[in-house]
Amino acid sequence: MLQYIIRRLLYMIPVLLGVSLVIFILFNMIGGDPTAVLLGKNANARAMADLREQLGLNKSLFLQYLDVVKSAFTFDFGRSWATKQEITYMITQGAYPSLCLTIPAFVISTVLSLIISLVVAFYRGRGIDLFVRFFCIAGMSISALTYILAFQWIFAFELGWFEISGFEYGFPDFIPYIALPAIIWIILSIGPDVRFFRTVILDEIYQDYVRTARAKGLSEVTILLKHVLRNAMIPIITYVVIQIPFLILGALLLESFFGIPGLGGITLNALNSSDFPVIKAMAILSSVVYILFSLLSDILYTFADPRVKLK
Amino acid sequence: MKENSLWKDSFKRLAQDKTAMISLVIVIMYTLVALLSAMGLIASDWAREVGASNLPPSAEHWFGTDIFGRSVLAKVLRGTQVAMSVGVATAVISIPIGVFLGAIAGYFGGWIDDAVTWLYTTFSSIPNIMLLISITMILGKGLFAVYIALGATSWVTLSRLIRGEVMKHKEREYVQAAGAIGGGHMRKLFRHILPNVTHIVIINTSLQFQIAIKSEVILSYLGIGVQGEPSWGTMIDDAKLEISRGVWWQLAGATLAMFLIVLAFNLLGDALRDSLDPKLKGK
Repeated sequence: MLQYIIRRLLYMIPVLLGVSLVIFILFNMIGGDPTAVLLGKNANARAMADLREQLGLNKSLFLQYLDVVKSAFTFDFGRSWATKQEITYMITQGAYPSLCLTIPAFVISTVLSLIISLVVAFYRGRGIDLFVRFFCIAGMSISALTYILAFQWIFAFELGWFEISGFEYGFPDFIPYIALPAIIWIILSIGPDVRFFRTVILDEIYQDYVRTARAKGLSEVTILLKHVLRNAMIPIITYVVIQIPFLILGALLLESFFGIPGLGGITLNALNSSDFPVIKAMAILSSVVYILFSLLSDILYTFADPRVKLK
Repeated sequence: MKENSLWKDSFKRLAQDKTAMISLVIVIMYTLVALLSAMGLIASDWAREVGASNLPPSAEHWFGTDIFGRSVLAKVLRGTQVAMSVGVATAVISIPIGVFLGAIAGYFGGWIDDAVTWLYTTFSSIPNIMLLISITMILGKGLFAVYIALGATSWVTLSRLIRGEVMKHKEREYVQAAGAIGGGHMRKLFRHILPNVTHIVIINTSLQFQIAIKSEVILSYLGIGVQGEPSWGTMIDDAKLEISRGVWWQLAGATLAMFLIVLAFNLLGDALRDSLDPKLKGK
């Protein structure tokens, strides 16, 4: 087990180098020379050369690549072009509003989806099952943008049940601001979640041990909750853990529509102002977090199911 | 005894599935609209003023008009061309890459497998939305960047699936037999194994197609997608400013158009999986 974890940890290194390489190729090689854009009207040969020196663009490509790798380990991303702030500072500032929105939304949607899947699996093949399955697929086919626009218009603007946009720091104060985006997040997640959970649960329901349990005379509910759910939990846990990195990335669209100053909002502002370093930093950061959580999810898998002997 | 081929059997199963057939008809209709629009036969005059500004849906203008008095229906049809082109371009870019890399990784194993696995682990480690945003931002706004960005992100799943399937097949008797009568690696892989894993390509393409359409809508909404032409995404962006004044039909038109085709591809993908890969039924 320990050996596996160590090997898995070591495998993070080539993947991180690979991620840095992709980002380096995109931003440093294809991205071209940003100095003309940055200086705008003040651009002249002298100023451009100075700025290139300052941004480290005079270094050899290999050294520039090493800079990208270094930032993936130290989280030191330099300064934003648009706001001139330290990017690390911007990220720590943005994390709080993002997590205020995404954590409650994520927890509620996961629990709710699990309950719905269990009910649907219990009544599998019957009316309610077909109904829920159709609604999942139909719900997934509507653009996230439509939910956001329509809900914001109806529930915040017309009915005035929620704040239209903005954010306030501190525990009970942020609730009116995050309630509606959180509800939209939950609606967006339930479709794919229920479809996955239902499949996993049904996979278990046709196993031999379930037949044995039934033969023993256990009730269908006991079997579902005590036997099936326990085995289905393994893929469910991995599925849930691997989604956590996206909580940190924030809800890009939701944050921008509802004026929540989180990481998603920062990313979109950077996109609109062609703020390359911020996009680059968010790409590196989200990849690092993703790699860490996929490692965690693999390790949890081996704990949950000792049969899994990973090579 | 008359025997049916795998494909014939699968097609029969599919033809009995009403949902799948309706979905197929929807997909064909959208393809026709996209082709006709690309040939300039319909919606070519989408930019023309056809009535007053912001008219609600009526018998004359089914989907109403936008702020410049242009027909929303024409914009929706023109947007269909954009959406379908993104789906096709994504498939054209990602299928050759995904199949080739997955096939050689699964078949040869060893360092080739290690290299391919590393490559797709790397790509899948960068959250898709960040990769999409980065690529379109760097290549500059426009449809071309969207094609490249979606192609670059969507080969990963296909490659992983093909690799696993090829690994299973390469030890089978029929491949050994092909080797015994003198077939080389290339012949075994491309002539014998690949035809047996095509179903994965078909199922995956059906699902990737709708992901591509959804992504195009979001990228165009963000202003880094299609430029100077209507897209469902830019229509939703317009709607953002209009909806507080009760102008809902542009949002409704774009949403309905996208809903039908994405739903059709979702249902078709499920039905294809059930009919081409019956072992997976219900998954």
